[in-house]
Amino acid sequence: MVRINRRNVLKIGGAAAALPLIGSRAFAQKAKVRAAFVLIGTPDDNGWNYGHDLGRRDMIEALGADRVETTTVTNVAEGPDSERVFRELAQQGYDIIFGTSFGYGDAMLKVAQQFPDVKFEWATGFKTASNLSIYNARFHEGRTVLGTISGMMSETGIGAYIGSFPIPEVVMGINAFHLAARKHNPDFITKVVYVDSWFDPAKEADAARALIDQGVDVITQHTDGPAALQVAEERGIIGGFGQGADMSAFAPKAHLTSIIDIWAPYYIKAVQSVLEGNWKEGSSWEGLAGGEVVIGPYNEKIPADVVAAADAAQAGIIDGSLHPFAGPITDNADTLRVEAGDVIDDGEFWGVDWYAQGVEA
Amino acid sequence: MSIDITIAIIITMVGASTPLLLAALGELVVEKSGVLNLGIEGMMLTGAVVGFAVTYDTGNPWLGILAAAFAGMAVSMLFAVLTLSLSSNQVATGLALTIFGTGFSALFGQAYTGKPIALFKSVFPDSLTDDRFLRVFFDYSPLVYFSLFMVFVVWWFLQKTRAGLILRAVGENDHSAHSIGYSVAKVRYGAVAFGGAMAGIAGACFPLILTPQWVEGLTGGRGWIALALVVFAAWRPGRLLAGAYLFGLIATMELYAKAAGGAFRILPSELWASLPYLATIAVLVMISMRRTKSSSAPACLGKPFMPNN
Repeated sequence: MVRINRRNVLKIGGAAAALPLIGSRAFAQKAKVRAAFVLIGTPDDNGWNYGHDLGRRDMIEALGADRVETTTVTNVAEGPDSERVFRELAQQGYDIIFGTSFGYGDAMLKVAQQFPDVKFEWATGFKTASNLSIYNARFHEGRTVLGTISGMMSETGIGAYIGSFPIPEVVMGINAFHLAARKHNPDFITKVVYVDSWFDPAKEADAARALIDQGVDVITQHTDGPAALQVAEERGIIGGFGQGADMSAFAPKAHLTSIIDIWAPYYIKAVQSVLEGNWKEGSSWEGLAGGEVVIGPYNEKIPADVVAAADAAQAGIIDGSLHPFAGPITDNADTLRVEAGDVIDDGEFWGVDWYAQGVEA
Repeated sequence: MSIDITIAIIITMVGASTPLLLAALGELVVEKSGVLNLGIEGMMLTGAVVGFAVTYDTGNPWLGILAAAFAGMAVSMLFAVLTLSLSSNQVATGLALTIFGTGFSALFGQAYTGKPIALFKSVFPDSLTDDRFLRVFFDYSPLVYFSLFMVFVVWWFLQKTRAGLILRAVGENDHSAHSIGYSVAKVRYGAVAFGGAMAGIAGACFPLILTPQWVEGLTGGRGWIALALVVFAAWRPGRLLAGAYLFGLIATMELYAKAAGGAFRILPSELWASLPYLATIAVLVMISMRRTKSSSAPACLGKPFMPNN
C-alpha cells in the first residue's frame, strides 16, 4: 500500500506531469494497435461494406492478430448518431478509427478535435485535420471501363445509372461512365435515377424495372447491393455490373463484370504507421494503377473486341495515356465545360456539379 | 404515355403495393380489436428472413410463405403475452418488437446472405403472362391474388360475421364485451396472431416477389408505411386497398418519372418520398374534422384491458 502523504502526492504528481513527455517517445511505437471500423451498413451487403470488411480481415491477416485488434460498428446512420459512435470509440481507447461513409465527415471532424491522440480515417472524405486523414479510391476509373463495355454492347443505346445521392463522387462516376460509352456510340444516352438511399434493395429493384421498361438495356448502379442486377437477369437485358464486389452469383447471365474495391493495402499501411508511430495526416486517392480499384472477371458473353477495348481502356488509365475526363466535354445544357486538350484534374474533380451531354438526370 | 409503359407501371405498382396491403390488412384487424401493434416492421423482417431461408433450403416458395406466416405469428405472440396477459404498454412493447425483429432477422439471416433464390412468379401460362395487354391481369405472383382475396376476407369477416362483430365490440368497448361474457383476451390474442401472420407473409413478399435476396433490413421501413396506411384507410378494408395501391403508385411513379426525365423531374424526389406520410396527415385532419363515428379509430385502441371484476 502506498500511504498518501504529502511526499507521495508530489512524487505521483511529478510522474504524472512527466508522462506526456515520455509518451511522445517511449510510447510512440505500439506493441498492439486497437482499430475500429464504423460502417453504414453491414458486412453482408455483398457490396461497399463487404469490401471494407474484407479489407479489415486481410489487414489483420497481414499484420497478425497479436499486433492489431479490431472492432466493427455496423448500421451507423450518418449525422448526429454517428458522432456518438465515434466519441464512444475514442473514449474506449481505440488508436485509429475508420469511418467508411461520406456523411460521417462532420461528426469525425468534431470528435477528432476532442481526441487529438486518436487517429481518424475518413473514407471518401474531402477535408483533413491534424489527426484526420482521408482515403478514397478512383472508382470513376472503373466506371470508364464499364462505360466502354456499355457503349459497345448496348443495342438500344440507352444505359442507366442508379445512384444513391448526387454527391461529387456519384456525379463523376456518371460522367466517366457516359463519356466512355459515347466514345463508342456518339448517341449514347445515360438515364440517371437517384433512389435517395445507400441501401433499399426493393426500391433499387423497382428503379431498375422503371428504367428497363423505358428502353434501358445496360444498368450500372452506385448503391450497395445486387438488387438491380437481379432485375436485369430476370428481364433478360444485356446486363449490368457489380459494384464494390463481384456479384456474378446473383446474376450469372446479366453480370458483365464488376468494379471491386480493394481496401486492404490502405488499411495495412494506415495501421502499420500507427504501430510504428509515424502516422501522418494525409490524403490517399489510388485507383486502377494502385490496385485499389480492380475490374473483375468478364462475362463469357462479352465479345472479344469489347474485351479488348475494355482492357485497352484499363491499360490506358494505368499508364496515364487515357484520362477519364479528357476534353472536349460539353455538359447537358450544351455549355462547353472542358476545352479540347484540357482535362478535369484532381482538384477540379470535386467541384463538378454538371452532367455531360446526353446524360438525363 | 404509351399503353405499354402504363401496363409496366401498373405491374410494378402492384408489386410494390402488395407487402403494404398484406401487412396493413393484418394491422387493421389488430387495431379493430383495440390493440395497437407498432411491431409490424419487426414481424415483417422476421417473415422475410424465414420465408427466404425456407424457400432457399426447400426450393418451395409455398413452404416459405407458410413458414413466414408462422414466424410472424410466433413473434407477435411475444407481443401478445406482454401486452395482453401482462398489460404492458402497447406502444413501447410494439417498438421493442420492431427492434427485436430487426436484430433477430439479422442474426438468423447471417447464413443466408449472398445467396440468390428464384422469384415466385405468376403461375399462369406464358401465353397470358407474355401477352401485351393480358399481362396486366395475369403477370403477378400468387401472393398478389392472395392479398386481394384477403381484402375481401377481412371485409366479410368484420362486416358479415358474428365473430367479426364480437371483435369490433371488443375494440370499441372492451368492458361491455367482457360483461356480456366475451373473452377480451382471447379475441385480442386471435387478432394479434392474425396480424403477425399477415405481416410475416408481407415480409416474405420482399425476397419472393421484389428482390430475390436476403440482406439485413430488407424491408426498408415499409412496416411504418403500412401503419400509416391503416390510419389513412380509416380502418376500412376497401379503402385500405385503394390506399395501398395509391401509396404503391406514388413510390413507383417517383422512379418512372425520374427514369423518363422531363416535367416530373421538377418535383424534388424528397417530396415524392414524403407524399404517403403527407397524405396520411391530410386524412387524419379530415377524420378529425368530420367526427363521424364510422371513420374514426376504435375507441379502445391502445388501451390495456384490466377487468374490474
